[in-house]
Amino acid sequence: MYSFQYRKAKSLAEAGEVLAKDDEAKPLSGGMTLIPTLKQRLAQPTQLVDIAGLPELAGIDNKNGVLTIGAATRHADVAGSKVVQDAIPALACLAAGIGDPQVRNRGTLGGSVANNDPAADYPAAVLALNAKVVTNKREIAAADFFQGMFTTALEPGELIVKIAFPLPKAAAYCKFPHPASGYAMAGVFIAQTGDGVRVAVTGAGASGVFRWTEAEQALARGISAEAIEKLTLAADDINEDIHGTREYRAQLVKVMATRAAAALSGKK
Amino acid sequence: MAKITLTVNGEKRSAEVEDRTLLANFLRDELKLTGTHVGCDTSQCGACTVHVDGRAVKSCTMLAAQAEGCEVVTIEGLAKNGKLHPAQAAFTECHALQCGFCTPGMIMTTAALIKQHPQPTDEQIVHGLEGNLCRCTGYLNIVKAVKHAAELQKAK
Repeated sequence: MYSFQYRKAKSLAEAGEVLAKDDEAKPLSGGMTLIPTLKQRLAQPTQLVDIAGLPELAGIDNKNGVLTIGAATRHADVAGSKVVQDAIPALACLAAGIGDPQVRNRGTLGGSVANNDPAADYPAAVLALNAKVVTNKREIAAADFFQGMFTTALEPGELIVKIAFPLPKAAAYCKFPHPASGYAMAGVFIAQTGDGVRVAVTGAGASGVFRWTEAEQALARGISAEAIEKLTLAADDINEDIHGTREYRAQLVKVMATRAAAALSGKK
Repeated sequence: MAKITLTVNGEKRSAEVEDRTLLANFLRDELKLTGTHVGCDTSQCGACTVHVDGRAVKSCTMLAAQAEGCEVVTIEGLAKNGKLHPAQAAFTECHALQCGFCTPGMIMTTAALIKQHPQPTDEQIVHGLEGNLCRCTGYLNIVKAVKHAAELQKAK
């Protein structure tokens, strides 16, 4: 690791100021992506501003039809939260399947969403559930937040404070994890919301998480595995790497969507 | 430099470390607790697993400075009054090791796992060990040992 200055932020305001003033400073939450990146010398920040302990970023709350989760909430705590399990069981289930136990004990919701790894799980939930990303400056709709691989609407000095998930009528998430890393080779989150069915896909898009609109239209006429089985996802905008071709991944998306639809329709 | 104070295996420790010092390096190089192994450079193998505030974490993927004020338990702190922890006893009895390099991490993960799931299913065990690699691929006896550790814990 290159050397850097570690700084434990005393308040959200202080963290925002330090990060806004120094382009080369980075916020540190759980560090489950950042620290491995530093160890490989793939980044050379001047300072790490530790925001994990800030009280402003803590808490889980279900009120007025919206589940709000603080950005510094660890995956294990989302997975184990009775409030989350009751409000959006698919979200608790998603969190329980991230990485491995050690990763879930450190990694945070805000860190994952801010990093926007194209194979991370949370972006699929945020997009499918039409969640709001609340920062220290504004509220950003999920559709505007994710802007391609590892790219988000966050500006310098802007930090995710919490994420507000409107409660869906029902939701399901299915992923095909890479057997070594646990990252999604393809992950599909289906949410039945007041505004219709939303289907978000992670792990497969050449520019990160995306909505599969054909699947949404097909499911709008009734949730069933058969509705997905009739579809073909075009492979043009699908990611290709050593783990799989774009055609393979497109097929995986369809299989995961079929499973999620089956789970939602009550048929396995 | 970062000034840190934390509790390691029940003992309060203070030190001044470089900001970039990983908790694993602090434990091994400063405190000479070399039971915590570093088996990879990529945060994948879990040999460095320790408990921080009761939770299994990879100490190679956490800065020592982040552990400020925390309660850290390493493999050296698991046995109490000369008596092995159920996870340690079970790994010994089930011969759950070949070369033994991954063992400290496996045991720390097991100790956390059986605390969370006092009667773990095979699936919970296999998923619970996803963050720990055994390059000898001695997983069969490791899974047996986790089950046995849960039994020993119950009998205690």
